[in-house]
Amino acid sequence: MTKSWRLWLPLAVFAAFLGFTAYQLQQPKDDTIASAMLGKPLPRFALRPAVDGLPGAAQTDFADGKPRLLNIWASWCLPCIAEAPQLKALQEQGVEIVGIAIRDRPEDVARFLAQHGNPYTRLGADDLSEVQFALGSSGVPETFVVDGNGVIRHQHIGDIRAGDVPKLLARLEEAR
Amino acid sequence: MIAELGLAALWLAAALAALQLAASVLSLRAGEGGETLGGVIRPTAILQGGVAALSFVLLMWLFIRTDLSVKLVAMNSHSAKPMIFKLAGTWGNHEGSMLLWVTVMALAGALIAAIERRLPEATMRATLGAQAFVGLGFYAFLLFSSNPFERLPRPVPEGMGLNPLLQDIGLAFHPPTLYFGYVGLSVAFSFAVGALLTRQVTPDFARAMRPWVLGAWVFLTIGITAGSYWAYYELGWGGWWFWDPVENASLMPWLAATALLHSASVLAARDALRAWTIMLGVIAFSMSMVGTFLVRSGILTSVHAFAVDPERGSFILALLAINIGGALALFGWRAGSIAEGERFALVSREGALVVNNVLLSAILGVVLLGTLYPLVTEAFDVRVSVGPPYFNPVSAIFALPMLAVMALGPLLRWRQDAVRRVRRPALLAAGLAVAGAVIAWLIAGPAGLLPTLGVALAVAVGIASLLPLRGRRLTRTPLPIWGMVLAHLGIAVSLLGMASESAWSQERLAALAPGESAEVGPWRVTLTKVVPVAGPNWTAIEGDMDARYQSGSPIPIAPQARSFWSPSQTTTESALVTRWNGQLYAVIGEAVGDGRWQVRLWWKPLVTLIWIGGLLIALGGVLALIGRVLGDLKRRSVLAKRLRWRGEQPV
Amino acid sequence: MSRLNRIWLLAAAALSLGAPLCAQQSLPPAPYAYRQLPDPAQERAAHELMQTLRCLTCQSQSIADSDAPMAGDMRHQVRTRIAAGEDPEAIRAWLIERYGDYVSYTPHVSATTWPLYAGPAVLALIAALLFRRRLARRA
Repeated sequence: MTKSWRLWLPLAVFAAFLGFTAYQLQQPKDDTIASAMLGKPLPRFALRPAVDGLPGAAQTDFADGKPRLLNIWASWCLPCIAEAPQLKALQEQGVEIVGIAIRDRPEDVARFLAQHGNPYTRLGADDLSEVQFALGSSGVPETFVVDGNGVIRHQHIGDIRAGDVPKLLARLEEAR
Repeated sequence: MIAELGLAALWLAAALAALQLAASVLSLRAGEGGETLGGVIRPTAILQGGVAALSFVLLMWLFIRTDLSVKLVAMNSHSAKPMIFKLAGTWGNHEGSMLLWVTVMALAGALIAAIERRLPEATMRATLGAQAFVGLGFYAFLLFSSNPFERLPRPVPEGMGLNPLLQDIGLAFHPPTLYFGYVGLSVAFSFAVGALLTRQVTPDFARAMRPWVLGAWVFLTIGITAGSYWAYYELGWGGWWFWDPVENASLMPWLAATALLHSASVLAARDALRAWTIMLGVIAFSMSMVGTFLVRSGILTSVHAFAVDPERGSFILALLAINIGGALALFGWRAGSIAEGERFALVSREGALVVNNVLLSAILGVVLLGTLYPLVTEAFDVRVSVGPPYFNPVSAIFALPMLAVMALGPLLRWRQDAVRRVRRPALLAAGLAVAGAVIAWLIAGPAGLLPTLGVALAVAVGIASLLPLRGRRLTRTPLPIWGMVLAHLGIAVSLLGMASESAWSQERLAALAPGESAEVGPWRVTLTKVVPVAGPNWTAIEGDMDARYQSGSPIPIAPQARSFWSPSQTTTESALVTRWNGQLYAVIGEAVGDGRWQVRLWWKPLVTLIWIGGLLIALGGVLALIGRVLGDLKRRSVLAKRLRWRGEQPV
Repeated sequence: MSRLNRIWLLAAAALSLGAPLCAQQSLPPAPYAYRQLPDPAQERAAHELMQTLRCLTCQSQSIADSDAPMAGDMRHQVRTRIAAGEDPEAIRAWLIERYGDYVSYTPHVSATTWPLYAGPAVLALIAALLFRRRLARRA
């Protein structure tokens, strides 16, 4: 006859597994991959204009004391259409939004802006997702709050809903 | 009407399971006096199997007819789908696959009730009771949260279709095969619980359990092999194992069942490893259920994830808690009173089998840990990825010594043996292993550490696996021995394929215009033209190519990129040219402008050995199973004859 | 519109397998997404690295096994950096700096991953102990 407590070990291990998964099952499933760049200065980049009539984007455009939003999007992305009115609303509140269009053609970008409005002051084209990688962004749309010193303060993953507008405004206020 | 009939059958089957459980509990309580009640159990189990099967057949009938008033059919089928995939659609979804699960479980119970005569009657009743108990949980799951027969308020004009990745003949039969394996292990589980309840863990118990485990294990082996080959040719990048959570979920029960098979052999032959065998019986089916839970609850992300739903997750988790928790508690409570059994020396057949059991369990631990680990860190808001660079080397640490022991174990005698007796075959195998690795380097070029060790061990295991046949008359060698030899040889063959594929595969990505060629390894592939092709529920771009091996004659191949429209999705249909020494793998991709097309080519030396090995393993299992069953039948007829001779009634 | 063109459009529209919310992407794949480096040694180094980097838009696939456009862009990133002479581990470190350990399938031993390696070590230890007990009993 072996020591009896050892025979209970499998049950103990299983109970730990059970408790853990039961807890995990209650947690909201978060599939987003957050950028590890928060609190760090923007990476160096200088992108050509994504569309005629708007200047391109570079990290030197930030760091002038004014906090801004950096919006990663694309004309081929459906949630970006849903987000367009919210960006417009933010722009109307006086927020400056710099856009980066991922893997996009100038004519498609122009069509999108004509159809859904243009909230951007600058719009860079990131044809190879290079700046997206440098920012630690893993999809479109994503929006970064960048403070007046050019430091990334906050990342919003997914499209901006109406309820997110005041939150982003508060973040921008904090970053001032 | 058919849907309602199916649902009624499901309820009836559940009620029969409840009856079976109640009769079993009451008869065990009544002890010797429970004969009448006990007599009810077997017929009930058989009836339950029949009724559950009827329910499943009715669901299949709904899919065959594409009855779009049934929600499940509307969500997963389409009238334009080929018949074979309409049929496969029955189990290509959550509800249908769970119905298949309980059906297989009920059929397994019916089969035990119908043919198993070796176990003591009390253990038998406890076993069927346990089977009914586990089954009831899954019936409840189906009836209360995943009803496959649910009607829509009004029929829809057309169904949504089946995931195109699943519309492949290989995959149509892959899930049911795996299910037969997973659920077959429930028999081992019920046997273990039954034996714990009656405290009758004997060699006879192991002999009774072994064919069931063998059967389940054969199905698992075939299922995993087929799944791997499917991933290989369908996903379009030539990978055959990704250590994806769903793959791991099928590998873990296989590892546990393999260990169980071997420890049951020790128990059957030598009456040792009693508690350990019981433990493995519980663990093997637990791994099936944990795997199902991980996949169905969406708690882990996987390429295969389907039916992600936390509510279902909670339900399965509750089932896990009751079934596995109950069995493990019973183990803690009862296993202490099961004597440890016979002892043996380290250098003996049992010793080798124990080492293999321990190492197999360690590999199982590694796979389980690596699969669950991302989940653990997620709780602390850290996301990590665990993939092949972890699983390959870490499991190899245990797998390589295990293979070495596997080579020599079958040469050892039971109970006690001397190392020097196997020294000559060991040296022979080791020498050939080194020679094999050297030859491989000379022919194919240098390789990394793991593949080199893999080739060497494959040679050693391959040679050693044949040695048990030495000195035997092949025609009179018992089938189980043949089974062992073939299965071990299969491991070696498969290992050689894996090592060769990972060390010497060559890749060529090219952008070709019609008329241009690209070379990969010894092959030269010319794109002749790109044409559109239409199938029943898809259209495709087909790249017509000529493949030439060295200076051989051209072989036409035609990889396709298929676009399905319901649901809208693309799949790659790779083209394969199989030679004895490997496979050419060709994929046509997108147009890249100026009339060129992406072409992806691989030359994979000896890659087919991976799956040939898998099939050999399964074949070994089949032979062993046939051998065991024939042996049992012979034993029974001899027994019956002897009884008749004494003028008694046969049992 | 020719038949081929129409079929091609269908194929392109359906290509969003990795990212179901995305409509058709208009740009062709990055230059080195589906093209190998001319130097075999560099290509081998790039391929080894790509097999251990996780595709961010797909589920549990490496960028070496994925048709997702973002995986293609990352392959391009890896190949061009390797061609420029960058060390594979430096590229991995650069990505981890941006995405955390998630992006790499090779978990380096750190505060968050040590149990992955300690676990098997403990298992091996338990196995060895089990063994010793068997041996001791025999003696």
